Amino acid sequence: MPSRFVIATFSDPASLLAAVRTIRDHSFPIYDVYAPYPVHHLDRAMGLRRTHLPWVTFFAGAFGLTLAFSFLSYTTVLDWPMNVGGKPDNSTLAFIPICFELTVLIGGLSTVAALLFRARLFPGKRERLPALGLTDDTFAIVLRRRTEHFDPVLVSRLLRNSGAHEVHEIEAQL
Amino acid sequence: MSVLPAASARIGQRLLPPTRWVDEGLSFQQITDDISRPMEARPGRGWWICFAFAFSALIDLVAMVTYLFAKGIGVWGLNNSVGWAFDITNFVFWIGIGHAGTLISAILLLFRQQWRTSINRSAEAMTIMAVMCAGMFPLLHLGRPWDAFFIFPYFPNQRGPLWVNFRSPLVWDVFAVSTYFTISLVFWFLGLVPDLATLRDRATGRIKKLIFGFLSMGWNGSFRTWARYEMVSLILAGLATPLVLSVHSIVSMDFATSLVPGWHTTIFPPYFVAGAVYSGFGMVLTLLIITRQTMHLERYITMKHLDKMAKVTMLTGMIVSYAYATEFFSAWYGGNIYERYHFINRATGPYAWCFYLMVLCNVITPHFLWSKRARNSVAILFVVSILVNIGMWFERFVIIVVGLHRAFLPSGWGMFYPTRIDIGILVGSFGLFFTLFLLFIRYLPMIAIWEIKGVAANSAHVAGIARIARHDTPEEDSEVAVNA
Repeated sequence: MPSRFVIATFSDPASLLAAVRTIRDHSFPIYDVYAPYPVHHLDRAMGLRRTHLPWVTFFAGAFGLTLAFSFLSYTTVLDWPMNVGGKPDNSTLAFIPICFELTVLIGGLSTVAALLFRARLFPGKRERLPALGLTDDTFAIVLRRRTEHFDPVLVSRLLRNSGAHEVHEIEAQL
Repeated sequence: MSVLPAASARIGQRLLPPTRWVDEGLSFQQITDDISRPMEARPGRGWWICFAFAFSALIDLVAMVTYLFAKGIGVWGLNNSVGWAFDITNFVFWIGIGHAGTLISAILLLFRQQWRTSINRSAEAMTIMAVMCAGMFPLLHLGRPWDAFFIFPYFPNQRGPLWVNFRSPLVWDVFAVSTYFTISLVFWFLGLVPDLATLRDRATGRIKKLIFGFLSMGWNGSFRTWARYEMVSLILAGLATPLVLSVHSIVSMDFATSLVPGWHTTIFPPYFVAGAVYSGFGMVLTLLIITRQTMHLERYITMKHLDKMAKVTMLTGMIVSYAYATEFFSAWYGGNIYERYHFINRATGPYAWCFYLMVLCNVITPHFLWSKRARNSVAILFVVSILVNIGMWFERFVIIVVGLHRAFLPSGWGMFYPTRIDIGILVGSFGLFFTLFLLFIRYLPMIAIWEIKGVAANSAHVAGIARIARHDTPEEDSEVAVNA
């Protein structure tokens, strides 16, 4: 469903940060901010919560570790115990390297998969760019016109005063 | 801004501001243009000359490997005494090369070293290509590479209930190298995504737009995504750091857990990791000097970057030298006659020239880098980097072949002489490596555009602070604030 958005573009990160702070001070909700690189302190200015992705790493890593250890124990202790150099069947120390590698492998791949899933990125997806040059040298703040309380004149003035060089409204699906 | 007075006060107290890694005068658009230019223009003559050499070596590899598959590994110079030689030397050599890439991309990220930004992308690419070259050798050495899947446990297990021996370091290697390759590839590709989006938005041709559009996965620079993305980069760096240390430790255990004199030592894991970083930095220097000259990126890969890399090379070179000395000391002090003989043979036996070449390249060469003049000369750095590569290849050769050729009983002694196929495959692996690398710098951004923008913005910020500080403090004080 397309909605109405107010889009303000900036050419430097300092005015972008200032604008984000001003907009939030006036309690207008920010739909998203677009930048060609991760601008420092912008997450705090936008009031973004810390992502939960590290938990994915933790649980996937723990799963990898468990999987590796149970697989190694199953094959070498239960399924086909074999005397190799007089080592005990359950030679836990010798299992550490493979357990570690699988922890890292499954932890890492799951984290990336979770990121792509959460950010809705997938190969072949069509990009939705609210303005031109967002991957080059332009920064943008996007606000969604949702309610009657949204005052486009005030928003536009605030954005321009913070250094936006263009403010316009579009109807689109972002 | 509120941070400025505090920061300028700090400079006033003679705390030094950080070095600026890229020129603060660069605009974001200029950065995009500069780094994309090599991909949009026709490559210069330098690139074509390098590519011609690399590609001929690659053809040589294909021919040699075809011959090897047709005839079997009897065409190598291996024999009963020396069952591992060039193949495993090359394997360890290439795996080691890869380590510098991960060190630069992951460990330096955790340590917040901004100088990694100009070089991390190409160093990571180097890792992936080096691991590909490395992975080829154990497969070739199997003799029957079409049965290579036997080294992985698989379902349904066609060998009945008999599994691979999970207690063997060779199986650990399979897991370590394949995990390392996968994680490095994912880390590298994830880093590329925002730049692929930049290229997609610049592309004029339909095919380019299509390919970059497909690969950039709909990236649009949303900051909500950026925030998650940065966290995931940090997590991957945190995972890759112990991973890279584990990989060469496990490679060294292929040797250390055996009983062969000269191999059976506990010093191997740290010694191999230091050696890997040393050789890897040698290779990064070689590649970046070539890239910088052929692609004209002196503005981004500056002398300051080369200087830092030279310092890491020197440090790890000295760790490696220390490990050599420790090995000799333990052999003498430990009193094991086989171990002692191995080291006497290493320094005086038929392969002594390899040993002295290794000492020349790995123990003496790094000390040239104490001199600032040497670190500031591209020519000297290039020669040093080549010597480092030669030295580290010979280090592995010395460990492997000298260890095997006179192990225990004199009746089991022998010599190893490489055949033309051995040498051809070694040269060919360089062909594969350089062909892939040259294609990479031609078709993908070899410098992380988005990361450079972050550093440039930071430099501009630092410059702003420094300017304010200069107004606040007396003339002579501002002289101090030059470097950190």
